[in-house]
Amino acid sequence: MSVQSTSPQFKQNAHHALHDMQLQKALGNVRQNFIERRAVAAANLPEFEALRDQACDLRDHVLAHIDLYLEAYEKKVLAAGGHVHFARTSEEACQIIVDLAKARGAKSVTKGKSMVSEEIGLNAALERNGMAAIETDLGEYIIQLRGEAPSHIIAPAVHLNQEDVEAEFRRVHTHLPADRNLEEPETLLAEARAILRSKFLASDIGVTGANFLVAETGTSIIVTNEGNGDLTQLLPKVHVVVASIEKLIPTLEDASAMLRVLARSATGQDMSVYTTLSTGPRRPDDVDGPEEYHVVLVDNGRSNMLGTQFQDMLRCIRCGACMNHCPVYHAVGGHAYGWVYPGPMGAVLTPSLIGVDKAGHLPNASTFCGRCESVCPVHIPLPKLMRHWREREFERHLAPASVRYGLGIWAYFAKRPRLYRLTSSLAMRLLALAGKSKGHFRWLPLAGGWTDYRDMPAPQGSTFQAQWKKQGGDR
Amino acid sequence: MSARDEIFSNIRRSLGVRADDAARSAIVRNRIDQARAGIRPKRGEGDIPQRLATFKSQAESVSATVAIVESAAKVPQEIARFLRDQNLPATLRMGEDNRLTSLPWDGTQLALSRGASKGDDLNAVSHAEAGVAETGTLVIVSGPHNPSTLNFLPDNHIVVLKAAGVVATYEDALAAIRKAYGKGEMPRTVNMITGPSRSADIEQKLLLGAHGPRRLHIIIVRN
Repeated sequence: MSVQSTSPQFKQNAHHALHDMQLQKALGNVRQNFIERRAVAAANLPEFEALRDQACDLRDHVLAHIDLYLEAYEKKVLAAGGHVHFARTSEEACQIIVDLAKARGAKSVTKGKSMVSEEIGLNAALERNGMAAIETDLGEYIIQLRGEAPSHIIAPAVHLNQEDVEAEFRRVHTHLPADRNLEEPETLLAEARAILRSKFLASDIGVTGANFLVAETGTSIIVTNEGNGDLTQLLPKVHVVVASIEKLIPTLEDASAMLRVLARSATGQDMSVYTTLSTGPRRPDDVDGPEEYHVVLVDNGRSNMLGTQFQDMLRCIRCGACMNHCPVYHAVGGHAYGWVYPGPMGAVLTPSLIGVDKAGHLPNASTFCGRCESVCPVHIPLPKLMRHWREREFERHLAPASVRYGLGIWAYFAKRPRLYRLTSSLAMRLLALAGKSKGHFRWLPLAGGWTDYRDMPAPQGSTFQAQWKKQGGDR
Repeated sequence: MSARDEIFSNIRRSLGVRADDAARSAIVRNRIDQARAGIRPKRGEGDIPQRLATFKSQAESVSATVAIVESAAKVPQEIARFLRDQNLPATLRMGEDNRLTSLPWDGTQLALSRGASKGDDLNAVSHAEAGVAETGTLVIVSGPHNPSTLNFLPDNHIVVLKAAGVVATYEDALAAIRKAYGKGEMPRTVNMITGPSRSADIEQKLLLGAHGPRRLHIIIVRN
């Protein structure tokens, strides 16, 4: 069973988020830090724009040949002594991992940060089967204690403030002295480090995601800053990589190319601290490392996106730049989106994976400012793809009746330009006259969606079209 | 139909391609065989002194410390100095790498131990195969010589690197591994390490020493 979605309640979610002062304070960190850091990293590398173009082409090439790269990759993993499992759905993926863990008598499963494991609902599946699933990324650990989902794909606890973390650690880590100092971020980190260190050493199975899978060598690559992914995969007897099928890249050279745009786009680092290339299990003369190496390749609806207008979305390398730069994300945070993937990439991907009937609100939650596309390292046309979803939503009569009638009336006039000009200039004059005294309206018929939250300024002068014509502007 | 077969047939149906299309197969085979490098940033380029300087400044910019010594024989003294200056115990764990085990350790008071880490070592030393100038990144290969646990479990990680091993780009470093292990073959783990462990998960404040080493000290051997 994959993660339950609250995407259909996006409007209510967003409403709550806007009134949550703690959340609004935390979101200030996204607005400030991510944007500035990425800009500096991009400016410091003259080749950055060319690298983005190259990354986009590379991902397109892979998607057009994904079946063949998967086959080549599988062959190399097997040759290196690893195992490859294919899962059509979330349920199949979880079952594969649960069966693996059960067969080995596992009690404790440590996890590196992995969005696809969130997508398939792996933690819940492991726990239903009597195993402890332990998130080891600091942010993931914090939200797991709170029983929350990540609110950002690379900064899962970005919706929290330091006080929230302190309160949670005091609630859960009751074996530690109650009067200990947890008022500095450093002491919070030290406490998490000590607790998770013992979990790493006691773990039976380590599950990580993969940023890239290299077809040339059968290698999985993870990128972390904390080193938790490495301890997750290095210490237990079994390493399970769970990755979606589009993560393939052809060669080690392509890995280098993609790494150059990933961290810069994500955190604004030139390179993440730990980039780890893993190929198969422990070798005969090794003195550490996992004895078994498994890869679970998850489709979960992606193969159906190929060949459609949404294929471009599969170029995504999960850097999070789109949400870091999104005014809607800045305003409501990630949880409002109601499923695993928030922000612009989530607004496009979520309807593909769980259905436009459930997630149709998300592509509407956009100002179409285009910042997401302008920073996407693989040039995904996110606004265009959101528009495609809006069109589908409309075609399938999923939009509310008021929206449909409204658009119908507007279309009637828009198709008749002379009538449109006449009516709009009449309406403008009428509004200008009515609002003359105050200069704005606190209420207007049929415009409650606007005037409930802000005043509507009274129009001044003639319509835009009339002014444009007067200035001799082209049609 | 198995999950595997169904996924492949779904992909091919969506893409409108056939499994036996020889032209497509040739494109993919060539792409993998040729493994051509793409755009490589210029900033890592230059002769050895230039690459060394870039490597050093990049590594320092991500909170690693870098020392350059004239010969391998000076490495033990430098490690002893580093540990002393940081008020750390004079202990050191390492793998079986001859480039480390053969050094003149007798001149120091360091208590040495060998093998993988089980989590109770404060200090460890590894030998890197390469350093990448463009981002100050170390490339360390797993095996009995340099067990991967030494890269992550100790609080303080010291890494020795030959000046000639400092290359311009990731491609250069990975090509050297390909040459050593053979085309399409890889060591179990290649760790590319850029600075000490860190996290910014609490209010975006950057803190060092999340799960891996709190300190990363790089010693470059000039000759």
